[in-house]
Amino acid sequence: MSITVNGLSHTYHPGTPLETLALDDVSLECGRGEWLSVVGHTGSGKSTLAQHLNGILFPERGTVSVDGMEVREKSPRLRDVRRAVGLVFQYPEQQLFAENVLEEISFAPRNWGIPEERIAALASSALSLTGLDETYFPRSPFHLSGGEKRKVAIASVLSGEPSYLVLDEPTAGLDSWSRRELVSLLVRLKGEGLGIVLVTHDLDIALQHSDSILMLDRGRCVIMDTPGKVMEHLHEHPAPGLHLPEIAALSASLRNADPCAPLTWDWKELKRWVVKRALAAHPHLPGGDS
Amino acid sequence: MKTDSKTVCELRDVTYVYPGEASGRVPGGTPGRVPGGTSGSGGISGQTIPEASETVRPGTRPALSGVTLRVREGEWLALLGSNGSGKSTLAKHLNALLTPTQGDCTVFGLPTNDPLNVFAIRSAVSMVFQNPENQIVGTVVEEDAAFGPENQGIPTEEIGRRVENALRAAGLLAKRKKPTYTLSGGEKQRLAVAGALAMDTPCLVLDEPTAMLDPQGRRELLDVLRSLHEGGKTIVSITHRLEEILHCDRAVVLVEGRIAWEGSIPGLFTHSDSFRKWGLDAPPLVSLWKELRTETNLPMPEVPTLSGMTDSLCRLL
Repeated sequence: MSITVNGLSHTYHPGTPLETLALDDVSLECGRGEWLSVVGHTGSGKSTLAQHLNGILFPERGTVSVDGMEVREKSPRLRDVRRAVGLVFQYPEQQLFAENVLEEISFAPRNWGIPEERIAALASSALSLTGLDETYFPRSPFHLSGGEKRKVAIASVLSGEPSYLVLDEPTAGLDSWSRRELVSLLVRLKGEGLGIVLVTHDLDIALQHSDSILMLDRGRCVIMDTPGKVMEHLHEHPAPGLHLPEIAALSASLRNADPCAPLTWDWKELKRWVVKRALAAHPHLPGGDS
Repeated sequence: MKTDSKTVCELRDVTYVYPGEASGRVPGGTPGRVPGGTSGSGGISGQTIPEASETVRPGTRPALSGVTLRVREGEWLALLGSNGSGKSTLAKHLNALLTPTQGDCTVFGLPTNDPLNVFAIRSAVSMVFQNPENQIVGTVVEEDAAFGPENQGIPTEEIGRRVENALRAAGLLAKRKKPTYTLSGGEKQRLAVAGALAMDTPCLVLDEPTAMLDPQGRRELLDVLRSLHEGGKTIVSITHRLEEILHCDRAVVLVEGRIAWEGSIPGLFTHSDSFRKWGLDAPPLVSLWKELRTETNLPMPEVPTLSGMTDSLCRLL
């Protein structure tokens, strides 16, 4: 049970002067309960890739399949694919439309033909996953704060009971507090068995939380591997437009000075190493208690 | 910091109470609810334009209580505090968007509560707000940057010169003919700064200018502010992100409408134990710096910048 992409290519405006190869031979796999992050500079093809995962775009070459169902134009299973893969666009709050939060969140299950008596329960549980409660139901989605709007928008995808959630830059425009809340929501959803595909240029989140990271550059896969391996790759081949988070950048500089230094994004791990290393090198320095 | 430098803005024992509270009317209904903002589970406060929301709960306390503060010419002052600490309210006193309920506020010696001074004050202090989307008025980049000086009644040729300089300083000169909707979030926020620069005010106040930006946009904006500061501009930045104040001259921490701490940036970091109490967000690099400093005797830089930490630690190896 997974989203599987094999040798996917996509060209925008084929046969015109605007022809652009947006994806070139990209492959990936993301199972349920797994977290795959897709990172890359603006224009690297991240969003194009995301739109192939639930049949907004169709493969020009290569294949995309979801739990064994092939994603192609006019496939009889397309509806099932779209139900299995919930897509959260960038600035999802721009798609809010209903008069109140309950209507907003009930839209997806109603669309999937779920019996009316189950819908209220689905809406409640989807909203509570995001950390909001039923007191929000009668409120207008347009009168919520930015962070709350985004939660309602995500709840309105979750209420359709997807098996996978594909999110395109969901933390864009959020302050650090709302960003942390959103990340912990994704961690929780992954724990509940959802497959998470996160399109982001926030390497901090990608390194800390993914099971694997796919890095794109001008439509091609640069590397797809564990966060540790990707960090090693970035250390050896810095990518334009992808800034290492501060701790990772510090650890990379230390690695340049000492090949034994860990390449890490975890400040506690880096601290342990620094303390140990400094004590070994300068025994006269009064060391730490740790 | 020279102590004899000129004063740009001065607040003396300023207390500010939002009008809704004084009259007993509570915007948005029940007392204790944050109007227009979050209730319950957090999220962003929706702080966008001055009148859009106030993050202080009516009926609890004044937004500012007995605040005395001097902004000196040429300094880069960081105004820190959590949501609802009163930092935006304080910022709005600096260009007469708000005037004190009690106490005095002056800008270049002009009392802000005299309506006749408002034009002069706003020509001396310009503001940039949090949400870049809400501050763009022009359809083309250079038109947008010209909006401020046009309203000041500046001659056309002079506007052209100012806009060019402002866009250059904000790193947007190459995009001057582009439609504003094609800009990224970071570029839009730099355009908002350019618009403020084109007004040619000696002082620039920025209210959480990086809150809506991604790491790249944040870095670009901070680079612009650094070079403006080097050029002698007086800057007041409001933020709750400690990594953004490392290049400032001085910090003021607001807690519940009062000044809880005031001093140099290295001085602020010696109080890192109080960050949580003050509602400040310590990034991982600050946590690492703090623990290495307190739990070991390893020589650490005064201020936890990435370059300072890299230098110190590489020297140890």
